[in-house]
Amino acid sequence: MIEISKKKSVLKLENLTIKFGGLTAVDSFNGYLNEGELVGLIGPNGAGKTTIFNMITGIYKPTFGNVIFNNIDITGMKPHVITHLGVARTFQNIRLFSEMTVLENVLVGEHSWLTNFAAQKVLYKHNPKVYRRPKWKPWFWSAVLKTPDYLKMEREMRDHALELLKAVDLERYANLKASALPYGPQRKLEIARALATKPMLLLLDEPAAGMNPQETQELLEFIENIRKRFSLTILLIEHDMKFVMGICERIYVLDYGKIIAHGLPKEIQNNKKVIEAYLGDEVYV
Amino acid sequence: MSTSNLIQDLINGTLLGGLYALIAVGYTMVYGILRLINFAHGDILMMGVYFSFYFIAALTMPWWLGFIVGIVGAGVLGFMVERIAYRPLRSAPRISSLITAIGMSFFLESLAVVVFGGIPKSFNLYPTFFSKILIIGHTRIQVLTFFILAVTFLLMFVLIWLLYKTKIGIAMRAISVDIPTTSLMGANVDNIIGLTFIIGSMLAATSGIMWAMRYPQVQPYMGFVPGLKAFIAAVIGGIGSVPGALVGGFLLGMVEILIVGFFPNLAGYRDAFAYVILIVLLMFRPSGIFKVYSEQKV
Amino acid sequence: MKRVSVKMNFILTTILVIGSGFFLLFANNSFGDYWSRIITLIAIYAIMAVSYTLVNGVTGIFSLGHAGFIAVGAYTAALLTLPIHQKAMSFFIQPLIWPLNSIQMGFLPATIIGGIVAAFFAFIVGYPSLRLTGDYFAIATLAFAEIIRIVIQNSYSITNGALGLKGIPSYTTIWWSWGWLLVTIVVIGSLKFSSYGRALRALSEDTVAARAMGINVFRHQLMAFVVSGFFAGIGGALYAHWLTTIDPRPTSLGIMLTFYVLIMIVLGGLGSISGAVLGAIFFAIAAQWLRIVESPMNLFGLKIPGIPGMSMLIFATVFILIMLFWRRGIMGKRELSWQLFYNFFLKEAGDRN
Repeated sequence: MIEISKKKSVLKLENLTIKFGGLTAVDSFNGYLNEGELVGLIGPNGAGKTTIFNMITGIYKPTFGNVIFNNIDITGMKPHVITHLGVARTFQNIRLFSEMTVLENVLVGEHSWLTNFAAQKVLYKHNPKVYRRPKWKPWFWSAVLKTPDYLKMEREMRDHALELLKAVDLERYANLKASALPYGPQRKLEIARALATKPMLLLLDEPAAGMNPQETQELLEFIENIRKRFSLTILLIEHDMKFVMGICERIYVLDYGKIIAHGLPKEIQNNKKVIEAYLGDEVYV
Repeated sequence: MSTSNLIQDLINGTLLGGLYALIAVGYTMVYGILRLINFAHGDILMMGVYFSFYFIAALTMPWWLGFIVGIVGAGVLGFMVERIAYRPLRSAPRISSLITAIGMSFFLESLAVVVFGGIPKSFNLYPTFFSKILIIGHTRIQVLTFFILAVTFLLMFVLIWLLYKTKIGIAMRAISVDIPTTSLMGANVDNIIGLTFIIGSMLAATSGIMWAMRYPQVQPYMGFVPGLKAFIAAVIGGIGSVPGALVGGFLLGMVEILIVGFFPNLAGYRDAFAYVILIVLLMFRPSGIFKVYSEQKV
Repeated sequence: MKRVSVKMNFILTTILVIGSGFFLLFANNSFGDYWSRIITLIAIYAIMAVSYTLVNGVTGIFSLGHAGFIAVGAYTAALLTLPIHQKAMSFFIQPLIWPLNSIQMGFLPATIIGGIVAAFFAFIVGYPSLRLTGDYFAIATLAFAEIIRIVIQNSYSITNGALGLKGIPSYTTIWWSWGWLLVTIVVIGSLKFSSYGRALRALSEDTVAARAMGINVFRHQLMAFVVSGFFAGIGGALYAHWLTTIDPRPTSLGIMLTFYVLIMIVLGGLGSISGAVLGAIFFAIAAQWLRIVESPMNLFGLKIPGIPGMSMLIFATVFILIMLFWRRGIMGKRELSWQLFYNFFLKEAGDRN
């Protein structure tokens, strides 16, 4: 059984459903994430895991259901606003800005600091007592005219970006083109870039894909590490069962768009439905 | 507007629409397969007209043979353009082939200026029989009009037959859905794409020759605007769909003629209608009348 | 690798700008009218190219409507500087509407207003068009530019229609054009190398990832488009006062002009500001040089008639060859910098020692 945690809820997905034409890709998904949790989302190929990520981050609009982040209904909000509110993600097939340097990739994540006015408004509307009244600043003109204000901001962004790179141990590659990095560091860079947006919730889409057992082990420690350091709540999609069992506190299992199991790693391991779903697909269990 | 004027306009609209439709087929087939707006399409049309002009005027060929030679010449040119300029860029970013296509368009136009001269030439190389005017009721119709309509419809039927009833047509349609799979099935992709360019160019040249007969002149920039409008016709019909291009062509031709018919003081803006239609359409129904599916995976 | 310091960069750049100033002063005084005009034109082309590359290169959206904004800037500024009696004389089909018929102002405010009006048009065009992607965006902007041209052609009471505007004062000097080019490079360069520029480069590579990084893609593209439109308008204003006669034919302020500017930025390398400037220089000089092939020649007593259209044919051929074999152009996406010079010349010398 799962203990009902007293901790603050970070993400709640209520009856999340999406249909593409006649196909129901995700069918009334209910789930939650509490502060500081690390939860896995697993299931065979095409089960709708990434689609759920796309609905959380606003790339797809759910047909029914709600996405509640930090008690704010973010269903149907624009992707950039959702990012500014504190949801960051990585992609299954690494999507770095490969023509830009490693440092610049992280700095792009920090650009959101200048342009989060819409998100500030959402927060203020949600709770005027806690959040400050949003103040719009003509950052664009400051950036073009290079005002002291902007230069100070740029310095802060750079320092923070370098700090992040240090944290993920990529500092020495800072001025290298992102495409020049080996595969493992590219994954790390994608995570660092996501962290640059100062997220509360991090969505990792198959972070261990294409890694050998040793690299996977390192990644495991790495994720644990950043979770503590940046006090993150993490939802991750993964195929590698060993990885999921080793790191996740709770697991949702998805098949054909529906939850077929939900529980602690141990419970999932012995769940008949899960084994059935995976047989004939990838037998990791 | 009187009834006879209306009938006149309807006939003119059908005529113009048919000409657009024949050009639009080439755009839509190429876009369907390569996702490329072949900007040079209108200029291949122009070259075809010049070919037949010189074959008739300089080599004193009979008019019909000159037309056929010009049309075949345009087909060869279309094939060469694909082979030289587009095929090497097939795996490059899509925008690169678009830029090259624009370059190709200007190349052909300036080539025509250099080789044929920039001054418009009169294109009245067909028998006087065509310029006879029939009077039906109160409507005056040139024999040429009947000829153009007949050729247009004949070609459309041949095209539809080719695409839907022959093996090669089926291969062409298959390739526009999925190039890699089709090539796995044993079809020679390069040949089929080449053939697509040949057919599209020949249809466009036919349309261009009839265009030149009706507004009897030929000049190096004659292909650009009709080409652009035919592309818009293809978008109206749903780009990638041949029946769509045909329907879109007729619709566009009809709209252009009828708006000027009903509001004569808008005549100066006639060329703008197509662009306005294009923009409105792209905003609200970019897939056109005959929807062709495509989806981006995240 | 030794890095060129910020201070050194600043000093060298200042020296370059002052040095160019002296060169222009020299050119202005002793090159004669013909070459002064060419040097002025180079800067005008460069303004058009730099503003175009901001959209087509840096932001990575492919617009074909640049000539439309150039035309808007050209007409606006020309209508503001044309002497009142000249207006009364030119507009004989329909008189010019109030208040344009009684306004005459200086070159600087007219140019700025030209830029602002062009930027406004860029907003109007960009707002709906930027919902489209790829070649649909290209064709929509082309359509908008053509609509602008056709409207100019038909609005006799504002633009004098197909007759065009004549007798525009030839205000555009080397100083105006190169001065504005400096402003253009500083502003667009500053934009490219700011956080906003990084965002633009990011979204040009991958819009989905850029969205996930919190970039409002639509707004950033629109912003780049409007800035580009502003400087296109400035370029147009300068161009009008360089030509002194403007009309709405497709070959003057239509698709042909867009194609010229496209050649410049493709040659220079899409996305590079210094590349755009180099492309403009090459284009302007090559165009002059190619006049030779278009005019009759006397070669060893052999009379060769001029071939009209030949220069265009050569440009188009070179353009296609670039696209096929040298797609990165002169600069690729890089910029000229002192560091690049250092690496290129001094480092090699150092290696040899």
